[in-house]
Amino acid sequence: MGDSQYSFSLTTFSPSGKLVQIEHALMAVGSGQTSLGIKAANGVVIATEKKLPSILVDESSVQKIQLLTSNIGVTYSGMGPDSRVLVRKSRKQAQQYYKLYKEPIPVTQLVRETATVMQEFTQSGGVRPFGVSLLVAGYDDNGPQLYQVDPSGSYFSWKASAMGKNVTNAKSFLEKRYTEDMELDDAVHTAILTLKEGFEGQISGKNIEIGVVGTDRKFRVLTPAEISDFLAEVE
Amino acid sequence: MSIFEYNGSALVAMVGKNCFAIASDRRLGVQLQTIATDFQRIFKIHDKLYVGLSGLATDVQTLYQRFAFRHKLYQLREERNMRPETFASLVSALLYEKRFGPYFCQPVIAGLGEDDKPFICTMDSIGAKELAKDFVVAGTAAESLYGACESMYKPDMEPEELFETISQALLSSIDRDCLSGWGGHVYVVSPNQVIERTLKGRMD
Repeated sequence: MGDSQYSFSLTTFSPSGKLVQIEHALMAVGSGQTSLGIKAANGVVIATEKKLPSILVDESSVQKIQLLTSNIGVTYSGMGPDSRVLVRKSRKQAQQYYKLYKEPIPVTQLVRETATVMQEFTQSGGVRPFGVSLLVAGYDDNGPQLYQVDPSGSYFSWKASAMGKNVTNAKSFLEKRYTEDMELDDAVHTAILTLKEGFEGQISGKNIEIGVVGTDRKFRVLTPAEISDFLAEVE
Repeated sequence: MSIFEYNGSALVAMVGKNCFAIASDRRLGVQLQTIATDFQRIFKIHDKLYVGLSGLATDVQTLYQRFAFRHKLYQLREERNMRPETFASLVSALLYEKRFGPYFCQPVIAGLGEDDKPFICTMDSIGAKELAKDFVVAGTAAESLYGACESMYKPDMEPEELFETISQALLSSIDRDCLSGWGGHVYVVSPNQVIERTLKGRMD
């Protein structure tokens, strides 16, 4: 990189002071599948739609929620392939931290490192910004934490957040439903209800994904069977 | 003669009840000739974490600068102090980076961790950790320090008694070693106070 004709950064300021490449990236996120996260009193839940292009695709082969470390999980809205790059880089960062300090990386640090990578891709030559926003959920010495990282490299800590197609609806739904003292199970229910709001078609254990991390500090992706149980409770 | 013995050193750390002590001699020599009598080889990383570096004096100073640098960056990044265990892993990693051209130092790390639990450990020059519950020693006087500590140490000492014990162990050991001497520096660290004293010994 850096020696071709295109070694300048594609992300350049427009005369009005905007970075249109980043705005386009945010558009890609905004038209992606809905993801959301809720921070409860004793844990965090993240959930996402898993709509597949055809019924012939084996849904068990698609994993939209992934682990970064044993206590931190991530999901995305936007371009799936771009998220894989970030997941790979974040996992590597987490292991490097562990190798150096023999201590699991705090959520804040991992989010910061991931956000740094995303920022670098807005300023480097020969690359484009990532077409994804990430929701990072983790539990460490500072308790449960939920972060959203955007293509520009900015990141925020949220009590509850949503992104993708139905952001506005989902966010206002979450604003109405959210309480500080919510337990993890209630948060899972709220997450399902929020997804259901803007869901096209019948929601099932196979077309959404849910990840939870509680006081045991083990991030876990729920199985379709577990999700179906929660769905039954919600009804 | 080994490069570890070029300048001479005596270094020891002990655990007491909710406290620890770390002590060293004050001599800087070039083989048998004494150059300075107020050399410092124990350094404060933060209020509850100290590191002592035995071995080659030039590497002692370089390593301390690297540790201080890394710890300051950690503090800024994570907005907290390093736990002693974490710092020990960092030191180990930094030393092993130079596996085939090592710093000629054997560090001793002593600190108060979570709930003010004392932690001590030592390492060889390429970062192999050795943890201990009672005491650790390093330097040219290490052999005699082992003997002194083994006979004088008892568990759960209060700060003042710990000071007395580590001081006696240090002074009697450096009398048995030609390359270390000229009194000592002693730090006794408990959760809300640090006793820092300079010892006079056989000043020859």
